[in-house]
Amino acid sequence: MRQESTDETVSQRPEGNDQPPYLYPDYVATRLRAPKKPLIILPRTLSDITGPAYGRDPIGELDNDLTRQHTGEPLGERIIVTGRVLDGDGRPVKSSLIEVWQANAAGRYAHHLDRHPAPLDPNFSGAGRCLTDDEGRYRFVTVKPGAYPWKNHHNAWRPAHIHFSLFGSSFRSRLITQMYFPGDPLFEQDPIFQSVRDREAQKRMISSFDLETTEPEWALGYKFDIVLEGRDATSMEDRR
Amino acid sequence: MTREPGLEPTPSQTVGPFFHDALLDEDRSELISPDHPEAIRIEGAVYDGAGEPVSDAMIEIWQANQAGRYNDPQDDREDLPLDPETFSGFGRSGTNAGGRFSFVTIKPGPVPDPHGGMQAPHIMVSVFARGLLKRVVTRIYFPDEEEANANDPILSSVRDLGLRRTLVTHNQGAAHRFDIYLQGEKQTAFFEL
Repeated sequence: MRQESTDETVSQRPEGNDQPPYLYPDYVATRLRAPKKPLIILPRTLSDITGPAYGRDPIGELDNDLTRQHTGEPLGERIIVTGRVLDGDGRPVKSSLIEVWQANAAGRYAHHLDRHPAPLDPNFSGAGRCLTDDEGRYRFVTVKPGAYPWKNHHNAWRPAHIHFSLFGSSFRSRLITQMYFPGDPLFEQDPIFQSVRDREAQKRMISSFDLETTEPEWALGYKFDIVLEGRDATSMEDRR
Repeated sequence: MTREPGLEPTPSQTVGPFFHDALLDEDRSELISPDHPEAIRIEGAVYDGAGEPVSDAMIEIWQANQAGRYNDPQDDREDLPLDPETFSGFGRSGTNAGGRFSFVTIKPGPVPDPHGGMQAPHIMVSVFARGLLKRVVTRIYFPDEEEANANDPILSSVRDLGLRRTLVTHNQGAAHRFDIYLQGEKQTAFFEL
């Protein structure tokens, strides 16, 4: 159904390739959940250039260490994940909440809906959070998540990933994404990863192994920088 | 203007089905005590394109306080009262097996629009779910604000009246009903930021 419109408030902009579209039929769950009517362009107002103070709440000292939430240590390859959160102008996003969640080393979530017959780990819940510092830096200690099967298509497997939820400085900068690991052979068949069509944009979801972050005799380090939508009106205009 | 390399935005990915322990471990659906004399209840459900309830969505809301001020330093209108200890303006709710969510909050005051006028009282809404590769954004408006709604530049920019109506709650007993249809004939109006 085609809607004729000269209305400038209705988005005529083709969807860019560096964000996924709503409808990506290879990812079957988008077929009934993707909105299909044209989006209405929302001008910038105080309602969306402000954002929640959620991230200013106190965070527990061990909230960013997913390996120390139980009496024993979780099984798996211990890793450190760190990076910087920047806005579109390259400024650090300070004191901002990051929430993460992931499967255990065997590829199983501690979640009642995860039926994958891989073992649960009594020492791993797989959820953490932290605040960025004044340079926009964050750091988590965890174990490397396993890949796991899902029912999207025959023999479908999700590449190993950690879910990231970020607030940034405003309602506009809110982002939920997934961090992947370098060189994963499962990227090519994963419609969630492939929903981002631009190869360069895909790379922005992949962490890099980092020897400087790696701690001798203890844990491998991965770096993952995140860029949120800018808070500056001119940079938003430039982008379009 | 060319942007510095490395400063392109990180792409969005779906929240997936397994976010509950990380994102909903604390109940954030009551922004204010239900006993508060001005408390309102917003109830609704999320539906997919087949009309089936979406039982694994997460709804977030962001709103001004009763005076129309946002609890954020970027809203520096100091003549308006701020109550950060008692009202954050942020809420989160999951959806249950029936796709249902609810919030207890207060009706926000009007806030400025970009042209020197005022926007009608409204609440910003984000919906995340498995099958949504990026969030959808909508707004909640109130039916008892007819005049303010008629003058609201954003509401008025939704030319299709049926679509515009999806942004306004309707009364359901003492509660405000706000259903979210992700797709189909009844689809809710969604915004592009």
